[in-house]
Amino acid sequence: MAKAENLMVEQLKNNFKAFEARLNGISKNQWHQMRKEAIDAFTSNGFPGVKDEEYRYTPIGKAIEKNFDLSMLGIETPETGTFVPVFSKEHAIHIFIRNGKIDHENLNDISEAGVEVCSLKDALVQYPKEIESHLGKYANVHKDSFAALNMAFSNDGVFIKIPRNTQLEKPLIVHYITEGKGEEKIFQTRNLIIAEEGSNAKIIESYTNSDNIRQFSNHVTEIVVKANANFNFYKLQNQGNQAYHIDSTYISQLRDSTLQSYVLTLEGKIIRNNLNIILDGENCEAHMFGLYVIHEDSHIDNHTSVDHKAPNCYSNEVYKGILDNNSKGVFNGKVFVRQDAQKTNAYQSNKNILLTDTATINTKPQLEIWADDVSCSHGCTTGQLDEEQLFYLRSRGIGKSSARAMLLHAFVNDVLDKIEIDFLHDYFNSEMYNRLDWES
Amino acid sequence: MLKIKNLHAGIEGQQILKGINLEVKAGEIHAIMGPNGSGKSTLASVLAGREEYEVTEGEVEFLGKNILDMAPEDRAREGLFLAFQYPVEIPGVSSNNFLKTAVNQVRTYRGLEPLDAVHFLKLMKEKMAMVEIEQKLINRSLNEGFSGGEKKKNEIFQMAILEPKLSILDETDSGLDIDALRVVANGVNKLKSEDNATIVVTHYQRLLDYIVPNFVHVLYNGRIVKSGDKSLAFELEEKGYDWIKEEVDSVA
Repeated sequence: MAKAENLMVEQLKNNFKAFEARLNGISKNQWHQMRKEAIDAFTSNGFPGVKDEEYRYTPIGKAIEKNFDLSMLGIETPETGTFVPVFSKEHAIHIFIRNGKIDHENLNDISEAGVEVCSLKDALVQYPKEIESHLGKYANVHKDSFAALNMAFSNDGVFIKIPRNTQLEKPLIVHYITEGKGEEKIFQTRNLIIAEEGSNAKIIESYTNSDNIRQFSNHVTEIVVKANANFNFYKLQNQGNQAYHIDSTYISQLRDSTLQSYVLTLEGKIIRNNLNIILDGENCEAHMFGLYVIHEDSHIDNHTSVDHKAPNCYSNEVYKGILDNNSKGVFNGKVFVRQDAQKTNAYQSNKNILLTDTATINTKPQLEIWADDVSCSHGCTTGQLDEEQLFYLRSRGIGKSSARAMLLHAFVNDVLDKIEIDFLHDYFNSEMYNRLDWES
Repeated sequence: MLKIKNLHAGIEGQQILKGINLEVKAGEIHAIMGPNGSGKSTLASVLAGREEYEVTEGEVEFLGKNILDMAPEDRAREGLFLAFQYPVEIPGVSSNNFLKTAVNQVRTYRGLEPLDAVHFLKLMKEKMAMVEIEQKLINRSLNEGFSGGEKKKNEIFQMAILEPKLSILDETDSGLDIDALRVVANGVNKLKSEDNATIVVTHYQRLLDYIVPNFVHVLYNGRIVKSGDKSLAFELEEKGYDWIKEEVDSVA
């Protein structure tokens, strides 16, 4: 075992050297230093094993070692450009990242919409100040091996800046597309989003795997929400049943800012979401919503953390799940309230419905509070569909599957209704119905 | 309309109904009375198709069809209605959507066109006036936060909307104040016709001052041990159930 691990470490080090060599001229910038630190961190820590408390119920490291040829790390795979988004063009601003590579063609049109967008690679040259202040400042390579692996091998992604006091009218969708031929794809995408003071924007990260190829995607997005900004951030995960996806989002909120985060999951082989929010100034609000409606043998793990560092902040988290067939769910919600963060209001809830005897959920709230003048609560429930309610509806002439659908819809509806983008709300709603074979 | 023959049923291996025989014809109101634990609610549940009850013997024929193998929704679509003793609260399901789905699935089953929004609204308004239920209750989630009386009124309202052939009222009167009782009884009386029938399951004679039955049956220990007209109800009110128990137990 130890030998095998050593082999993997050697291979990764070689990969890394080759990768850096291919980067040519741009390897000698500050990104380079961070990469070196990251590969060292990764090779000394390795993939998280089952003994790692943070990954105890989600053995994704092992699954990746078993199912993927890691010598492909850092090697670009060609994109085919065949994917067509399900959302119509005029409702949103679209950015495409195909097989881990940004599609440059449509980027110029976007700047006209009042938002600054470029590839992360170009941002090193065009936005050096922002890169220096923020890149790699939130995703700690020593704390999480996937953050380290991403830092070491990522070479592309999107940089988005919403300028000061800019109100984006349409939502901006970043499509992460897995497409084309081949047995497997490996991507390490990296993004940086800066919502400047007083700005207001809605951004959607939408993941698809149009040819249902086995994929290992390790995705990191760092987001800074500056003073008085309002930022809505959606994730839509519908990647087929061959996706091993680690999705880490690090959000830093400055004073008087408001965040709305939505994580909407429909399918994946193993999906691990790390949502880390730091409330780093007074009077911040963070709303975190999650819905996972999964079936077959999908495995979804939501790890969230909200760190109250400043007083008078509010955080509210509501995650709900419906698990069918043999699917598995994991929820871990951490709330930290630091000593200085007096007058904090922090609420958390996780509710699940298991539709079969073989579906499972492990849920764990974790509150650590050092301040003394706070209001915090948490709760979680897991149950089956209520047989009394089902019988009541059926006794009025409503068929069994319609009755089930009504009850499940009622269960998720309070979270579903928080989705402020109509086309996204409708898409998730109809996909949810299809997924569980409900009569609508 | 309804023929129950030698019905035996129980739950979790415990026999509760031990040979019920009952025939209900169109236009009739039957009251089923009896002490606690005699099997009244079990009978109502078995007729409506509650799946945790197991029928071990006997037949139930409704409008010429054997309903024991039918799903609860199909029994309802055939025209059977159970007003629940304890109507369940369903947060997140709007009363309006619930009723519209129910009405239209019943109509589809009967080969009728589903009602459009306009006609459905008209039906709602008409029946709301008939059973004296307030709009604010209909605007809420199904039974959510309703008082006991409001829940029972809502049962009668649903009955009015669905226009069943046979209604079974399972202790609808228990715990109601006199105003709510009056509203419930008025609703039942207004809906009564030559073509439909009602079974009133109750513990108390009081309801029968408002809903006058053609027949009164006493259920005890899983069997109908005595039948008569409404005077039997007065007798029970006066003397309680002990004399019936003694009568039955001495024969046994």
